[in-house]
Amino acid sequence: MKNVMNSKEYEKFIQSKMPKPKTLKNCIMAFIVGGLFSDLGQLITDVFKKNEFNADQTAAGTAIILVFLGALLTGVGIYDRLGKFAGAGSIVPITGFANSIVSPAMEFKREGFVFGVGARMFTVAGPVLIYGISTSIIIGIIHYLFF
Amino acid sequence: MMDYIKAFIVGGIICVIGQLLMDHTKLTPARILVLFVTAGVILQGLGLYQKLVDIGGAGATVPLPGFGYALAKGAIKEVKEAGLIGAFTGGIKATSGGIAGAVFFGYIASVVFSPKTKK
Repeated sequence: MKNVMNSKEYEKFIQSKMPKPKTLKNCIMAFIVGGLFSDLGQLITDVFKKNEFNADQTAAGTAIILVFLGALLTGVGIYDRLGKFAGAGSIVPITGFANSIVSPAMEFKREGFVFGVGARMFTVAGPVLIYGISTSIIIGIIHYLFF
Repeated sequence: MMDYIKAFIVGGIICVIGQLLMDHTKLTPARILVLFVTAGVILQGLGLYQKLVDIGGAGATVPLPGFGYALAKGAIKEVKEAGLIGAFTGGIKATSGGIAGAVFFGYIASVVFSPKTKK
């Protein structure tokens, strides 16, 4: 049989057959869900402030409650269902950070509590912490030297 | 009430940026999270992210760039108070609650719950 398409034509053909991401719908869902998580964070922040916690305690308390909720909702299976239609709206908030810890750790529990749960918890969180913390140290050093 | 509208809009827009990166680049969610945290650190290093936090409140601090913002803000603050060592202690100090909570609750949830069968 003769090859009727060259590689460029083939690539075009494949591109036309690939499902196109529904960008507008995805963005609207991400906007709404991301906005709702932010409002939840705002609500928790306001409750802490009202009870006369200082700014540091309020920030820490809000983060703790949100990662707790993210971990819990992932455990009971709600968060992954939310992620199917919320996309980045469920990934980008800090609850998504907790989700990225629990999801692979649960999955690989059968590999044991050290290399299964313990190691897999940081599949995504590890890189996030490495790059975040390292960059912040560099920023700190720059501020020490130049400001 | 105005605070909640602003938080919704700012948080929503940051997530839309993430969604656009997911849909139009080959970046995986893990890479986007790394990128967002690092971006938050650098933006606060330049003093810019604070302005977004002043406008959006939790809308700027709840998304992952807000985690980077807290790291950088803590490191810079501690450098002013304690010198060079502050660059190492400040970032984690400022984010210790979130990190410890994520490790602790993440571990408990991973042990207690099992993955639901996927449909």
